[in-house]
Amino acid sequence: MERARCLEMIHPELEEMLVVTIMGACAQELYDLGHRENFFYLQHAMGLASSIGLGLATHLPAERVLVLDGDGSVLMNLGTFATLARYRPANLIHVVFDNGSLLSTGGFDSHTATEVTDLAAVARGAGVDHVVSVANEMEFGEAFVDAVERDAMTVIVARVRATGPDHYGMDLALPENAFRFRRWIAERRARGPVTPRISLEK
Amino acid sequence: MTVSYENSKSIYAGIRAAGVRSISALPETWLGLLLQRAEDDPEMSLIQVTKEEEAVGVAAGAYFAGTPHVLLMQNHGFLAAINGIVSLAQLYGVPLCMLVALRGHWGEPYPWHTRGGIVTEGVLRALGIPFEYARDPAVVGRHIHEALTFSQSSLSPVALLLTRDLMED
Ligand SMILES: Cc1ncc(C[n+]2csc(CCOP(=O)(O)OP(=O)(O)O)c2C)c(N)n1
Repeated sequence: MERARCLEMIHPELEEMLVVTIMGACAQELYDLGHRENFFYLQHAMGLASSIGLGLATHLPAERVLVLDGDGSVLMNLGTFATLARYRPANLIHVVFDNGSLLSTGGFDSHTATEVTDLAAVARGAGVDHVVSVANEMEFGEAFVDAVERDAMTVIVARVRATGPDHYGMDLALPENAFRFRRWIAERRARGPVTPRISLEK
Repeated sequence: MTVSYENSKSIYAGIRAAGVRSISALPETWLGLLLQRAEDDPEMSLIQVTKEEEAVGVAAGAYFAGTPHVLLMQNHGFLAAINGIVSLAQLYGVPLCMLVALRGHWGEPYPWHTRGGIVTEGVLRALGIPFEYARDPAVVGRHIHEALTFSQSSLSPVALLLTRDLMED
């Protein structure tokens, strides 16, 4: 399965969701499908996409938040699974595209390349209740739809091939992306009926 | 030496008075009483992270959501969070209001804290992060409000260093 194909499948469903992607290939593939103001591309700080997702989801419980992560990125912040498990915002979907590769930086094997390390098992061991591993498009589609409909946080680990785009570049400066993403959220709040409030179990 | 109960109370009152109802933190001795208050405060949302760099992500999420947010960490946690601070907050113009327990500085008896304490100010300067020392409980509330205001107006990380004078009795 190809990540680009997975993104193509779900892209039409992302009009109303807050989407945070990791850097490089994943960001580019999403952007090429059609940028939207509710997409934030974390173009460098590896590991923090899911932490941003957690911050968004806990502060905006009426919104749906989708994080598009990678194996290399999430391996830099495995603690995130424990934090997600602790606060488990029901409105968060965390997809990890596991291509066994540090693709965007030259395609070196990552620690999941030989499938010795199982990120779904890591997430489960960290205490995430609902973790799904998928290996083909049908399974991915089903897992995504199920996650959207489910009133509980979901982690989807999707095994994909290590392929990426043949070009990089966006007509979007990084701070511009941040400002516009924030403005999209603010304007939606101003329109209602999304009433943000912080909901955390203590 | 014990952690100052009264001053922890003043700091917490300062956080609340600044309008903050959202905190991310990684515990440490000097922050213990503050975190206890945050936990006991039904109006406060507290996210405890496994490493301080995570809190930079959480803070960015809170900022995008339009919620004033404060990060509580030890200076060694600040050192552990640097790539997030540089490659998320500074790169994208995301404000961070960091309250940083300054261990390993003047009067420090514990050897393990000292290197981090000695380099903290230099690292803050190298990163271009504005900082101020909080020593006086009478003005710490104002300092917190100012730190928050400045982080928001400059779209930058800002650090308020919580010193031994303030944190210990
Ligand atoms: C702290 C840090 N170290 C190294 C890099 C170099 N780097 C850029 S992209 C990347 C790999 C990302 O891997 P993954 O999250 O699996 O996504 P993929 O590129 O495979 O889609 C690395 C290591 C970096 N950006 N930041």
